[in-house]
Amino acid sequence: MHCFAEAGQPSLDRAHGLKLFHEMLRIRRFEEKTVELYSAGKIRGFLHLYIGEEAVAVGAIQALTPDDAIVATYREHGHSLVRGTPAGPLMAELYGKANGCSRGRGGSMHFFDAARRFYGGLAIVGGGLPVAVGLALADKLQGRARVTACFFGDGAVAEGEFHESLNLAALWKLPVLFLCENNLYAMGTALARHQAQTDITLKAKGDGVPGEAVDGMDVLAVEDAARRAVEIVRGEIRPYLIEFRTYRFRAHSMYDPELYRNKDEVEQWKKRDPIVTFEARLREDGLLADADRATIEAAVDAEIADAVAFAEAGPWEPVENLTRDVYTP
Amino acid sequence: MIKMKYREAVRAGLREALKSDPRVFLMGEDVGRYGGTYACSHGLLEEFGPERVRDTPLSESTFVGAGIGAALGGMRPIVEVMTVNFSLLALDQIVNNAATIRHMSGGQFSVPLIVRMATGAGRQVAAQHSHSLEGWYAHIPGIKVVPPATPADAKGMLLSALREPDPVFIFEHAMLYPMEGEIEDNAGPVDISTAAVRRPGTDVTLITFGGSLWKALEAADQLAASGIEAEVIDLRVLRPLDTPTILASVGKTHRAVVVDEAWRTGSFAAEISARIMEGAFYDLDAPVARVCSAEVPIPYPKHLEDAALPQAASIVKTVQEMLHG
Repeated sequence: MHCFAEAGQPSLDRAHGLKLFHEMLRIRRFEEKTVELYSAGKIRGFLHLYIGEEAVAVGAIQALTPDDAIVATYREHGHSLVRGTPAGPLMAELYGKANGCSRGRGGSMHFFDAARRFYGGLAIVGGGLPVAVGLALADKLQGRARVTACFFGDGAVAEGEFHESLNLAALWKLPVLFLCENNLYAMGTALARHQAQTDITLKAKGDGVPGEAVDGMDVLAVEDAARRAVEIVRGEIRPYLIEFRTYRFRAHSMYDPELYRNKDEVEQWKKRDPIVTFEARLREDGLLADADRATIEAAVDAEIADAVAFAEAGPWEPVENLTRDVYTP
Repeated sequence: MIKMKYREAVRAGLREALKSDPRVFLMGEDVGRYGGTYACSHGLLEEFGPERVRDTPLSESTFVGAGIGAALGGMRPIVEVMTVNFSLLALDQIVNNAATIRHMSGGQFSVPLIVRMATGAGRQVAAQHSHSLEGWYAHIPGIKVVPPATPADAKGMLLSALREPDPVFIFEHAMLYPMEGEIEDNAGPVDISTAAVRRPGTDVTLITFGGSLWKALEAADQLAASGIEAEVIDLRVLRPLDTPTILASVGKTHRAVVVDEAWRTGSFAAEISARIMEGAFYDLDAPVARVCSAEVPIPYPKHLEDAALPQAASIVKTVQEMLHG
């Protein structure tokens, strides 16, 4: 359901506003729980948290239909949750259990869900873009009016595959929605320290892909831009790029000592916390009361508790099955 | 049986693939208007149109990755990477995506992708255009690797690859394209799981694949003149490797020489040698020998290039030393 009277003139519907808030809170609490479980040794390996960036996945994915495809990165817990993969299999995947969304074979960086057209969880920076281009090519060749949404970070714009993929999508007029989550750091290297041209939409323009930059801390702005973009991509069958200006509040991964940015900067961005600011907006508009907040918190808490229980109860893959799914039987 | 050049067999396979399955399309550098660097796709653009025969930019990583995506999206892409040398630019997509997605997704997604490329040296094109790296690819679980050595295999393996649910990498030795061979008029898919004994023999087993098969057969003819009967095995498939055929032959001849155009160090020949050691150690009358390329970037001048590569003469010499000390 479209939640705006017209572009740029938000007239927020209460149910939709509460839904967006609920979705962002689900991601925040899910991620906070994973930190706890990481400390407890239940989750190992790399763990990249989406805390601070919730508005991007929540807003953007509202614009997609179930037939559309998503290609995401190693920081994809939030995208999977919003796409509708139940939290239980996602948590079980983090545990490495056989009831995980990828049978435990992928872990944090490799969430997949065929039923929801969620193609990873691809964790080599920039590596998802060509795959998204190919998915869109398959749709175009088969005459399907689908959109492939491809999430990637600011680090990916340094890769050749960024330019190659945008060029090919533009050249062949493919329905790819390129969604750049610019959180300002490629792991620990600031955008301005690795790119001569820091305007990502300008880079896209050079490759023949139109686009715009949007405040990625404002879920309504994200949703609005994504809906307009999807209309272009689906309707005109051509690519479009949105650069979401966002920020991760936590370290790059659990191993990151954060020597590359100062605390003031983090604190400044935290003032723009997408959940806090959206809650304030909802309250101001009289769309959210204390009771709503409590109801949503309780629902989220219950969902995450269930997810942890699902993961805890899940079986380990028998070692005899080690080499299953290397090839298709 | 009819006579057909290797490149014509590849083209016949491509044409049949395009005709038989609407999900099939070709893409790669110069596959369309140019007709393919080695003329393998000559005429196909005109016959099947630009939607199904797609010229790509020089973006190996992206058009191989797009092949992966298109395969995930229900198509049957046949991607031509002009040569193995340029496939290095697509290694990330091949190793990190094509080979892993099935396993990493817990079996939810298969990648029915075919990637073809020319491989090998021998045309005086120097160090950057003469690599033989199919052994590298054979190292990777999750993909299949076939180096067809004959026109029948060039066509048949392509058609078989089309029936595979997982990525298949086809390595066509560049020296083979003009080579003519016998092929059934209506040659179709061939088995892509077993090695073939191309020449029976009793005294030594020559194990090889791809372009080197013909050098091994030539060596076997020369050896026969001096009374040595060499059995020649064409591996046909590097992954999954047909070990039983190798071991059965070595069990009979008690001697093995592996011929591989790649550099000796860390080569596929080393893998073959190790399998023989593991599976037929007590059958051996002599240590396994290897005829590989010299440890040098392939040089331009003909006499140096010839010296760098396995040749019939070096195979003969190796066998004679093995038999007569």
